[in-house]
Amino acid sequence: MAANLPTQSQVQGGIGVTESHTKHDEHLHHDEHHDQHWLFKYVFSQDHKVIAKQFLITGIFWAIIGGTLSSLFRLQLGWPESTFEWLSPFLGKWIEAGKLNPEFYLALVTMHGTIMVFFVLTAGLSGTFSNFLIPLQVGARDMASGFMNMLSYWFFFISSIIMFASLFLETGPASAGWTIYPPLSALPQAIPGSGLGMTLWLVSMALFIVSQLLGGVNYITTVINLRTRGMSMSKLPLTIWAFFLTAILGLLSFPVLFSAALLLIFDRSFGTSFFLSDIYIAGQALNHQGGSPILFQHLFWFLGHPEVYIVIMPAMGMVSEILATNSRKPVFGYRAMIGSLLGISLLSFVVWAHHMFVTGMNPFLGSVFMFLTLIIAVPSAVKTFNWLATLWRGNIRFTTAMLFSIGFVSLFISGGLTGIILGNAAIDIQMHNTYFVVAHFHLVMGSAAFFGLFAGVYHWFPKMFGRMMDEKLGYIHFWLTFIGVYLVFMPMHYVGIAGFPRRYYAWTGFDSFSQFADLNKFISAAAIFAFVGQFIFIFNFFYSIFRGRRATENPWNSTTLEWTTPVVPGHGNWPGEIPAVYRWPYDYSKPGAAEDFIPQNVPYSKTQSSNLPYERDME
Amino acid sequence: MIALGIFLVLVLLLVVFGLLFRIQILTAIFSGSSTREIGMSNRVNAILMIAFMVLGGGAFAYSFIDNYGKMNPPIASVHGFEMERLFWTTMIIIGIVFVLTHIALFVYSYKYQYKEDRRAYFFPHNNKIEIIWTVIPAIVMAGLVFAGWKEWTKITGPAPKDSVVVEVMGKQFNWLVRYPGRDLKLGVVNYRLIDATNEFGFDLSDKSGLDDFVAGEVHVPKGHPVLLKIRSRDVLHAVYMPHFRVQMYAVPGMPTKFWFTPTKTTDEMRAQLGNPKFNYELACNQICGRGHFAMKLNIVVDEPDDYVAWFAQQKSFSEQNPDVLASFKQKADKLVEKENASAAAAVITPATKASL
Repeated sequence: MAANLPTQSQVQGGIGVTESHTKHDEHLHHDEHHDQHWLFKYVFSQDHKVIAKQFLITGIFWAIIGGTLSSLFRLQLGWPESTFEWLSPFLGKWIEAGKLNPEFYLALVTMHGTIMVFFVLTAGLSGTFSNFLIPLQVGARDMASGFMNMLSYWFFFISSIIMFASLFLETGPASAGWTIYPPLSALPQAIPGSGLGMTLWLVSMALFIVSQLLGGVNYITTVINLRTRGMSMSKLPLTIWAFFLTAILGLLSFPVLFSAALLLIFDRSFGTSFFLSDIYIAGQALNHQGGSPILFQHLFWFLGHPEVYIVIMPAMGMVSEILATNSRKPVFGYRAMIGSLLGISLLSFVVWAHHMFVTGMNPFLGSVFMFLTLIIAVPSAVKTFNWLATLWRGNIRFTTAMLFSIGFVSLFISGGLTGIILGNAAIDIQMHNTYFVVAHFHLVMGSAAFFGLFAGVYHWFPKMFGRMMDEKLGYIHFWLTFIGVYLVFMPMHYVGIAGFPRRYYAWTGFDSFSQFADLNKFISAAAIFAFVGQFIFIFNFFYSIFRGRRATENPWNSTTLEWTTPVVPGHGNWPGEIPAVYRWPYDYSKPGAAEDFIPQNVPYSKTQSSNLPYERDME
Repeated sequence: MIALGIFLVLVLLLVVFGLLFRIQILTAIFSGSSTREIGMSNRVNAILMIAFMVLGGGAFAYSFIDNYGKMNPPIASVHGFEMERLFWTTMIIIGIVFVLTHIALFVYSYKYQYKEDRRAYFFPHNNKIEIIWTVIPAIVMAGLVFAGWKEWTKITGPAPKDSVVVEVMGKQFNWLVRYPGRDLKLGVVNYRLIDATNEFGFDLSDKSGLDDFVAGEVHVPKGHPVLLKIRSRDVLHAVYMPHFRVQMYAVPGMPTKFWFTPTKTTDEMRAQLGNPKFNYELACNQICGRGHFAMKLNIVVDEPDDYVAWFAQQKSFSEQNPDVLASFKQKADKLVEKENASAAAAVITPATKASL
């Protein structure tokens, strides 16, 4: 019954895109891969597209875990007086006499942060789309090193297994917050999660960093060396620019986290004192002396801050691409978009200490970092205005990907603006570590990056799996999520302005914070509602892989190279020669052109009616 | 059994949902709507954008105004008022940007929705506009940085010389408070000397520590600068006093500080809020373990006279714990003996050396 569904749409192929496909005479090396053993085709594959899907599906798995953890601690925050006996079949001894164990609450918060930031929004987002799109959009057969690329996924896989296993430890997983500030993270006497749980966390993160570096080196090399004929850096789609700069950020900053983790391992296991000094705990004075916990924070945030841009920049790139495609308009200010990405990348390395205004750091440093932090608002503002200008006088198609891209812009504005408050050292004295911070980064780098991820999946799903995702379910998913996210995080600002501290198991002991019981209940209900809504996406995703409507080669009438490949590109991406590139990626609705899009591989000589004066020389 | 029932119901719901979904797809195919490139749903989504803006914006405005009263903890310090002004000024600026950009986003989405007979406007860039919207945010940011920097240097500048000094020390999971006593000098402490009675690790061989006293809550005088000296003896904690707009980490091995001037006594604040049970609270605001959420300390702001009276009543730690003091005396005596012995040795050694 289902077999005859797709045929109707199958025929209306990509229009004017297929020049390069006609050359089937050349028999290239990639065809040899067809008779590969399934183990090497689907599991230990070196094909960037398969690796991308592996990252994506692992990322989805982690997102479900991360979301479940947040629902658990939102239950506690929303209903601090209730008993959760009904959870004991799942949580076992962590429910003590009907109450959630406070240490386990901290473990939930810690693992939620770790999983979402690293495993979902770094590996799942950048890992998926950098892998999938870089070779396809620059016109390469695969990554520079397919083998290293494969290793990158499998290091991530091992790191995932270790992190997942740590959830089931007797003493609980790491519980010192996702920022794992020592001494709390260094001393098992301080919290049981800092025992084996923390050891596994550090081992897992070390492997994760190896995975990131292997991937990053590959992305950078591929973008620099394997661009097809004519694909100069100034003709790259903004997605590629974003992935490229993201990889550079990762390559420069992840090693610093690695060093921090290594020194912490030394302090924990070999008696050094990099981060520990003058500690009396559990009835005992420790021998550590001369270390500085603040040093760890500097090392951590030297990665930690670029990390938020590592998370958001790929989303920015994809959103730029999707907004242009579906507005049927060139992205506004292509060069300014690249410039602002460069500006953000550069500045992201010199703002880290704005996480540390009130740690006792020299106030002069605070002034410097406040200045640098607020500068970063300028390129971010430029990007936002350019997105708005891209919509202006467009001819907008609301595909699900487009909806999520518009949602991204909205969330990026809402969350980004409060960064101006937090980046101001004088105001941060009051706001630091309150729910205002939680609301800020969940909007600007959490939800926004998730929206970028969703937009990317809906947009490139046809190229990944050769089928379309269901649009109606997509619309429902979008509106539920968009409304849900705002219902969760807008009220969180109010709670934060009142000074409600984050990572509190309960606030009922404080008069200052206990006035928001109803609002907390509301936030919790909205969070669980939004989380449950995500299962619509998961259903749609897996259903469509197998039974979705069949896709055409270029379902969105887009201009970039990936849409010139067959419906499901094989290993090697193009059956014939790799197409050459003649123009920038945003020739949408060009006056005088027959179609409202001109793919990058169409030479100027074929579009004489629409060429601009300066393009005439290139005919 | 109930769990099984719930599970079965969930599975059944899933099956029903799946079937409905299939039926919807089939009807779409029969009605032909699945082949239309841009259908009714485009219009519906465009309208939803506007609806979201109007309803969402309205709900946000309503809830914001509704919660505004609860949002602002009453201010009780001099710099708190300045900080509050800076905060709400910035809020107004970003609020304007928030509203304008969102109106643009949603109105454009609605207005420029797909129409069959329209073609998008080819508008790749415009240097003039781009320069304008780079420079304007830069100027606004420069203003905010300057205002923030001025306030920040004032707050974090050196405390006035005549400040009342209070030491607060964080430990899992409560706060300890120490005052310098009549000599206004805090005595030497050493973490290796900490035990169940000597929780601060007083080194009482230091004379200036003899009159130091510990307290169960913080008392500070109104209208007088207070210098908080902050320490931790195990993991990181943070002193957070929302009413005074004060926050500073407590770091083991690295003493920190923060000074502020209280403006309202506890009684005045109780009268102002009409809440006779009101207390200024100090919360821990850096994750520190199981009891993090309950690390509370009360702060009492007194009239200066009451403060002086309270201060005079306090008994020093050494007076309250004569045995601790005695143990230091013994140690000191031993030390003196040892020093004498080693001094004697020192005298001998060169002589022996010389003889060799």
